[in-house]
Amino acid sequence: MMNYVGDTTAALASQQQEHAIQIRDLRVVRGERTVLDGLDLTVGRGSITGLLGPSGSGKSTLMRAIIGVQKIVSGKVTVLGAPAGSVQLRDRVAYVTQAPSVYQDLTVRQNLAYFADVLGAPRSDVDRAIDQVDLASYADKLAANLSGGQFSRVSLAVALLGHPELLVLDEPTVGLDPVLRKELWDLFGRIASDGATLLVSSHVMDEAQRCDDLILLREGGMVLAHDTLSNLLERTGAADAEHAFLQLVSEEEIHA
Amino acid sequence: MNVRITLATARRVLTQLGHDHRTVAMLLVVPCLLITLMWWVYDGGPVWGQIGPALLVVFPFIMMFLVTSIATLRERTSGTLERLLSMPTRKLDFLLGYALAFGVVAILQAVLASVLAITLLDLEVAGPVALLLTVAVLDALLGVALGLFVSAFAKTEFQVVQFMPALVIPQILLCGLLLPRADLPTVLEVISDVLPLSYAVDAMNEVQRVSEPSVLGDGTVVLAFTFSLLALGATTLRRRTG
Ligand SMILES: Nc1ncnc2c1ncn2[C@@H]1O[C@H](COP(=O)(O)OP(=O)(O)O)[C@@H](O)[C@H]1O
Ligand SMILES: [Mg+2]
Repeated sequence: MMNYVGDTTAALASQQQEHAIQIRDLRVVRGERTVLDGLDLTVGRGSITGLLGPSGSGKSTLMRAIIGVQKIVSGKVTVLGAPAGSVQLRDRVAYVTQAPSVYQDLTVRQNLAYFADVLGAPRSDVDRAIDQVDLASYADKLAANLSGGQFSRVSLAVALLGHPELLVLDEPTVGLDPVLRKELWDLFGRIASDGATLLVSSHVMDEAQRCDDLILLREGGMVLAHDTLSNLLERTGAADAEHAFLQLVSEEEIHA
Repeated sequence: MNVRITLATARRVLTQLGHDHRTVAMLLVVPCLLITLMWWVYDGGPVWGQIGPALLVVFPFIMMFLVTSIATLRERTSGTLERLLSMPTRKLDFLLGYALAFGVVAILQAVLASVLAITLLDLEVAGPVALLLTVAVLDALLGVALGLFVSAFAKTEFQVVQFMPALVIPQILLCGLLLPRADLPTVLEVISDVLPLSYAVDAMNEVQRVSEPSVLGDGTVVLAFTFSLLALGATTLRRRTG
């Protein structure tokens, strides 16, 4: 009897451990608009999932719901086995908002040192994170004096402090040059191969090839597809993610 | 409450101030200059002796209100507050961090302004100077709490500044600076009785006039307003927003 109970709890626990993100029937209304309407989604651990969709399709809203900072109307969002936004997730999930959220009137290093203290991460993480986003030579510059791309990388670096198990990155590569974008995607790959899960949004469809899985979102927060890029290309006969997306949208419209 | 996060937040706010020399000047130097200006206007005469204590309250209160309301509005609009609340920060850590940082500034400000008023400007103070400083710091923290609170009701820095004529100036006009509160028309006296700044000024007047002042009553009212405003402010720090 004892054994039986033990087994079920273990089984339950491992079942919850399987998924980084599990969303059931999520409905979000912002202002007058229903942004997400009955969205279901499951993201496995240890992978990079790209969240692609045009501007206004609800990518940021979905990410906010996963972090637990978005008011939701109904539905269930489970992250690393716990309700989204719950206390035990606060240092296990890292979030980079679309608009950089760091202090303009602090230097790069002062920003990271503060967030490291808040997270309880060791101070040695500060220089490591600054290196990872390639800002070592700007470490003592005021964030306000950085270029747009550099500033957003300060915000990204904050998400690299400590050891987050899930990183939710909202358009982290917007406005960066191709070389830097490649470097960051290489970094995301290394973080994922260390076992973390990444959910990265983008409206640049060519970043799709760097992801293990893709979620294609269309206007109205509808999931058009959730699959690997190669499966999507095969299914649609398209040459790249952008054309696959367009193909799926028009199929959707024919069916509707 | 998390001591590590509270202290880190206080240190961070002070570091931000350290990068902003104008704001430091506004907090520390401007109250001294304005007090000196008033001393000059009244030529150091009897009126100066009457309004001096109120000035030690009013100018720091305004500066603290302005700086805190704008600083916390920035936290709300820049996304840093949301980021902090998605981390292990609790509302209380955030609020106390701010209160602590500006408390330090308030001490510096109170020391500078009081020492200036007492020494160079010959303001006669019957009560103990330490008590005068304590009252000054409490009064400045009232400005901090009010600033934290109103930042929730503004979307832009322009809107924050609109709270000056709406919430701050009436308190200044009725706090006993222009006319002792007891000499105000009855209706205005009643209104001034419910405004926190009146008690801040009453406490300061008491310290100046009485050699063994009793500020427990007025001080408690100021503290009660401060804590209530902070508590109300805490309810406006929302982790989950639309
Ligand atoms: N703060 C807000 N208040 C009201 N509506 C909003 C807000 N933010 C976004 N929206 C609306 O929600 C929809 C989805 O926005 P968002 O999630 O930001 O999309 P994306 O990140 O894909 O560009 C859009 O129609 C947008 O107008
Ligand atoms: Mg977005």
